[in-house]
Amino acid sequence: MSTEHERERDEEAANLPDKLGRERLAAPVRRTGMFGTHTTGDTSGFGGLRVRGSAPVYSGRPFTDPDDPRTADFDRVADDLEAALGENAGVVERVEVSRGELTFHVRREALLEVARVLRDDPALRYELCTGVVGVHFPDDAGRELHAVYHLRSLTHNSEIRVSTTCPDADPHVPSLVSVYPTNDWHEREAWDFFGIVFDGHPALTRIQMPDDWHGHPQRKDYPLGGIPVEYRGATVPPPDERRSYK
Amino acid sequence: MGLEEKLPSGILLSTVEQVVGLARKTSMWPATFGLACCAIEMMAVGGPHYDLARFGMEKFGATPRQADLMIVAGRVSQKMAPVLRQIYDQMPEPKWVIAMGVCASSGGMFNNYAIVQGVDHIVPVDIYLPGCPPRPEMLLDAVLKLHDKVQNTKLGAHREQEITEIEERMLRRSLPLVSKD
Amino acid sequence: MTVTEDYIDASGGDWDEVIEKAQSTSAERLVINMGPQHPSTHGVLRLILTLDGETCTEARVGIGYLHTGIEKNMEYRTWTQGTTFVTRMDYLTPLFNETAYCLAVEKLLGIEDRIPERADVIRVMMMELNRMASHFVAMATFGMELGATTVMTNGFREREMILDIFELVTGLRMNHAYVRPGGVSQDLPPGAVDKVRELLKEMPKRIDIMRKLLDENPIYLARTKDVAYLNLPGSMALGVTGPMLRASGLAWDLRKAKPYCGYEDYEFDVPVSDGGDVYARYRVRMAEIEESLKIIEQCLDKLRPGPVMVEDAKIGWPAKLALGPDGLGNSPDHIAHIMSSSMEALIHHFKLVTEGFRVPAGQVYAAVESAKGELGCYAVSDGGTRPYRVHFRDPSFTHLQTVAAMCEGGTVADVIAAVASIDPVMGGVDR
Repeated sequence: MSTEHERERDEEAANLPDKLGRERLAAPVRRTGMFGTHTTGDTSGFGGLRVRGSAPVYSGRPFTDPDDPRTADFDRVADDLEAALGENAGVVERVEVSRGELTFHVRREALLEVARVLRDDPALRYELCTGVVGVHFPDDAGRELHAVYHLRSLTHNSEIRVSTTCPDADPHVPSLVSVYPTNDWHEREAWDFFGIVFDGHPALTRIQMPDDWHGHPQRKDYPLGGIPVEYRGATVPPPDERRSYK
Repeated sequence: MGLEEKLPSGILLSTVEQVVGLARKTSMWPATFGLACCAIEMMAVGGPHYDLARFGMEKFGATPRQADLMIVAGRVSQKMAPVLRQIYDQMPEPKWVIAMGVCASSGGMFNNYAIVQGVDHIVPVDIYLPGCPPRPEMLLDAVLKLHDKVQNTKLGAHREQEITEIEERMLRRSLPLVSKD
Repeated sequence: MTVTEDYIDASGGDWDEVIEKAQSTSAERLVINMGPQHPSTHGVLRLILTLDGETCTEARVGIGYLHTGIEKNMEYRTWTQGTTFVTRMDYLTPLFNETAYCLAVEKLLGIEDRIPERADVIRVMMMELNRMASHFVAMATFGMELGATTVMTNGFREREMILDIFELVTGLRMNHAYVRPGGVSQDLPPGAVDKVRELLKEMPKRIDIMRKLLDENPIYLARTKDVAYLNLPGSMALGVTGPMLRASGLAWDLRKAKPYCGYEDYEFDVPVSDGGDVYARYRVRMAEIEESLKIIEQCLDKLRPGPVMVEDAKIGWPAKLALGPDGLGNSPDHIAHIMSSSMEALIHHFKLVTEGFRVPAGQVYAAVESAKGELGCYAVSDGGTRPYRVHFRDPSFTHLQTVAAMCEGGTVADVIAAVASIDPVMGGVDR
């Protein structure tokens, strides 16, 4: 009874405007002004507007929403994973449930272990990994590079996402090739495009770009490129230098 | 009318240029250089519906050494560019190039780090064929236009003179979109 | 060029030197480079083969020769314009790419339940037509690469029929950008249904011709039976999906396992074979074409009049495209509306077209069963009008990793059959 009361109180505190407002201000600025233009002045009168991104989602239990059939087995999966990890369950930093998808944010040191458990535990059996995706968030200090894995269980017909991060200064993530051999090329691609070093990969070389290419082209700090095309004296600037809406 | 009237039947008079042009254009052997989406349309042209064999071009050579037309069908990536140039160099003279599709012609919608902005950065192009991808009929049209060009190509001293004339005409042009002549 | 006691690397350089070195060592193995410009490598694929006589002892695959940077390019375009890019990834399955992408965007927007039923039915019909076209090209190029030109010409002839329907419906033979976030770009034009019915009547005959030509053809059997064998555990470890997985004996199909676009309402079988070889993959593809015909027939019965774009003026493309006499264009009614009667409509149209709609921040993964396997689209939004990141998990990319497992120990000729049976499309592999 008392725990329920405490939870209610905590929930109320979490919704206080003061706390919410401070959280809001701490979030990174995504856009300034009404239209996000930066080539001409903002004539809308809202030039000082600062639109902030959202803070990371922390989902609490229960993960299963009775109104959403897509989330039906989320509680079971989370329980099974917790049970399988045992005392190491703390390596899952946070769980995110949104849009009918379940995401486990895992600390990179434990990624290999978590993947092994997810594949081998009879209650989980995520046999198929559909590869790793790199994402670059330059504003997310200390965790600029994200490596996202989508796992699929053919046995239980279930789908989860495992996400891990690494800072730009130390872009190392353990390789999952020993658990999911299919990740071989996917990890090479993530290295090629984002510069994430997968420790333990058998041959981490460039895969899409020429071997002598400089830089990792799909990072946000890499220009889209674009050789200025000259057509009878007129020049078309590269796309990222053209006027654009954000 | 002239000399031809007095000749026995079965003899035609023409210039060496025209005969050479006819020979070249009617037995053109393309090298397969299928890269992307356009390559599928190029293969469709070789298929029974559009039938490139009507123009004596159904033999898509696997080896560049026995080809005289390169149809660059698709986007050329920075990684592919040296390969493309090497294949072009392996083709014997005389040789022609069709840049099929906007990607090969100008980079198209892919104005980015990966794609060469027009294959004319690497090899000289004779025909630019727009479209994404161009319809098979458009490729046939480009091929016919190229045939016309080949048929009317001059030889030897005439060719040199033609090149000089074209070059002078291009140099005289000062305004970007308006030519003086 | 590197020469060790075992290897003579002939991937480049002067042939005289290679021959000289090959003669000076006792090694019998030769590393040769095949592609990226080779008529039998299914596009710009590069194979690096170590040969011991006719036997291929090591097969390595080089890709990236068609890397187009599509994923990065999309970050500079609106969500709607994204369909124009993804359709050019795997250019033989454009409608699957578009649908996977649009399902992801719709999931981000949270409008999956509001997609009109007619749009879903049209999507399914177009996807199944596309599956047939893709499988026909797979067989055609397979035949061409093995030297059977008749198979190639037949395959392309059959595909041409499907492309005629695509052209009528979308305005383009390839690269349609027909499926849009929220529905499809326009309704089926008059005559489209009749044309599909015509196809349904004609296609079984064509399939029979193809089957007569290949099913029991001794030469075809010799080239495909027990060639490039890949068993089920191997397939699973390497992440194989689609016809290749089903040819190894597992009836896994996302259309059944995780239905999307209303696939749960259609009756069809998932063809399986346990051969695990090139021939089994051919049989599975052939059977899938027949199943697709069944689905298309059901689609025609399910078509009810109604909207084809989500009823949300903030998302649905405002132009209401119509098929004019000169091809695709804006509907005259809509132009009259925005140009003469409603200023607000004009502003709305302008904003939506130039700026696009905003998509709430988040990440989603949407997958469809494309003609090649599981085609997944991972999309991240930062709340803006343009994707923050879009990544495609292309089945061909994953499947090409199996080349080493399938080819090593076989002959050089079987390498061609193995690669062709994967049916990789380099546009999808390299993106």
